[in-house]
Amino acid sequence: MADVKISGLHKRFGPFKAVQGIDLEIADGEFTVLVGPSGCGKSTLLRTIAGLEGISEGTIEIGGEVVNDMRPRDRDVAMVFQDYALYPHLTVERNIGFGLRARKMPADEIGRRVGRVAGMLGITPLLGRYPRQLSGGQRQRVAIGRAIVREPQIFLFDEPLSNLDAQLRDEMRGEIKRLHQDIATTMIYVTHDQIEAMTLADRIVLMRDGRIEQMGSPAELFERPVSRFVAGFLGSPRMSFLPGSVTRVDGKAGILVDGREVSLPLPAGRIPDATEAGTRVLLGLRPEHVVRARDEGAATGSARIDATIELLQPTGSRTFATFRLGDAQAMAELQAHDVGSAGETIRLEINLNRASVFDARTERAL
Amino acid sequence: MTQTPATRPGIRHRRRRRPSVGRFVFLGLFMFFVLAPIYWMFVTSIKPSDDYLAIPPVWFPAEPTTVHYTAALFAYRGLQGIVNSLVVSLAATVLSVAVGTAMAYSLARFNTGGKHLSFWVLSQRFLPPIAVVLPIFLIYRSVGLHDTRLGLIIAYTVFTLPVSVWMMLAYFRSMPRSMEDAALVDGCTQWQAFWQVAVPLAAPGIVAAAVFAFIACWTEFFFALVLTSRTAFTLPTVFRAFLGFQGAQYGEASALAIVSLAPSIALGVLAQRHLVRGLTLGAVRG
Repeated sequence: MADVKISGLHKRFGPFKAVQGIDLEIADGEFTVLVGPSGCGKSTLLRTIAGLEGISEGTIEIGGEVVNDMRPRDRDVAMVFQDYALYPHLTVERNIGFGLRARKMPADEIGRRVGRVAGMLGITPLLGRYPRQLSGGQRQRVAIGRAIVREPQIFLFDEPLSNLDAQLRDEMRGEIKRLHQDIATTMIYVTHDQIEAMTLADRIVLMRDGRIEQMGSPAELFERPVSRFVAGFLGSPRMSFLPGSVTRVDGKAGILVDGREVSLPLPAGRIPDATEAGTRVLLGLRPEHVVRARDEGAATGSARIDATIELLQPTGSRTFATFRLGDAQAMAELQAHDVGSAGETIRLEINLNRASVFDARTERAL
Repeated sequence: MTQTPATRPGIRHRRRRRPSVGRFVFLGLFMFFVLAPIYWMFVTSIKPSDDYLAIPPVWFPAEPTTVHYTAALFAYRGLQGIVNSLVVSLAATVLSVAVGTAMAYSLARFNTGGKHLSFWVLSQRFLPPIAVVLPIFLIYRSVGLHDTRLGLIIAYTVFTLPVSVWMMLAYFRSMPRSMEDAALVDGCTQWQAFWQVAVPLAAPGIVAAAVFAFIACWTEFFFALVLTSRTAFTLPTVFRAFLGFQGAQYGEASALAIVSLAPSIALGVLAQRHLVRGLTLGAVRG
């Protein structure tokens, strides 16, 4: 159990800057997910914490101790790799016990610990097998077992689920979450999958081009993205971005989406008062911000429009409907029976309290 | 009606068999191509001298003899040559592969010497052996390594090292790094990660490199000719004695060649088993 403190971290590979100035504090027992598109530096950051990569600048502290020049084995961290990285020439039992043996633990203690972890993960019948005789899910369980048997201060996960099929991935995601609840150790988890990030994290650190774009709880990033990049990265289906400009009528702010005649009124305080009329903006709408209007009047902060549905994508429980708003397209999340077929015109209610507004030029949130 | 089930499997059977006939014909021709010279070597080794070049050829001698074997092994000291060759080749192979593996690992994982060191290692082979053999001969004579097995072992180790390094370098570069990373995080030192994880995983490559090094040493003639004389001479140099001014000792040459096949075949069988095991070992990802 330990906290991690990273300050002013830079990592360069020759002229390439993989990580450029990361400051990050991870509390003891916290589940932090590093997420971002490939090449954003998240895996490099994780590997510097593990000690597998040296750092060019800055410091990394684990449990209050600077570990910049410490060997991986002395940092007391455990890591789960994307390709599992099981030792193919060793049985499952020896794979799990490998780290303990390398640390010269007595054999009976190793046996006891391996047995307990195998029981915990339901892989006791596999102990005598070799990695090549296991399925992908079983291999990942063994890899996780190899990490937890050491009882390290920190767990590092490097895209551990991306080689698994969808169903198995859901299952293992649940298991990792449960594992964190059970052992409450600090975990740092790298993924490019926003669903994994949202479901697992106490805190998400969203990275882009070697820098932190935004960090916070999943709800914070989802509801109040600081930039178009963050808003577009999280959520599925993605947020729609509608170009438009700010209007001011009697001091009340609104957004005139390009191609429309009537502006959508924004709730008071939704954008800074200093924003002038005519400022070019992007209105960010997630599907769940747009629903079918019910009989009772519009809720405060909501606007109603009539729209023709262009495309329907039923998922069973919900139906995603693409409609045109001005010149751009947006998506609404409807109940399964809200609309019969594409081409129908229905009345939609847009919740502008939850919508995001970005400066069109800087793409930062207003 | 009742015939249908009976004929059907027959047709399927024939259909499956047809390509294998061609395969056996092809394999048969290939086997003949490979084995016929060995057979001729064998019959020559047991032929009386008059039958060597007889016309029509003697396919199998009426009175086989072992006289060529005793002559080749003892009079011409072929046995001593085989023992020397085995000792020198095995020692040089072990050294070359051990040093080569460690060196290749360093080049592959730590980028030792930047871009150029690995190529410099290979460039040692650009030098024709004849350019270096005389200086080596002079050095060996002055330090007392001339005509010693140790001298030849050193020369062969250096001579085979570039290829060993390059074969292992290619192997390590193709091996995913994550298992060694896992070992480091798990608690290994760099040395343990190399020894307990990288080396076992590279075993097929090591075996392949060893086979190449051994073949190079086992068949090497030129260095052996210059650097040895009456004590440390190797098998290839013994054959030189069979080519005299007054004709060739075909029987003795064939007899020694047959005997010297044994270690090669033993090595081949051993290496093959390891290579196959290595291939299945690698198939763990996915």
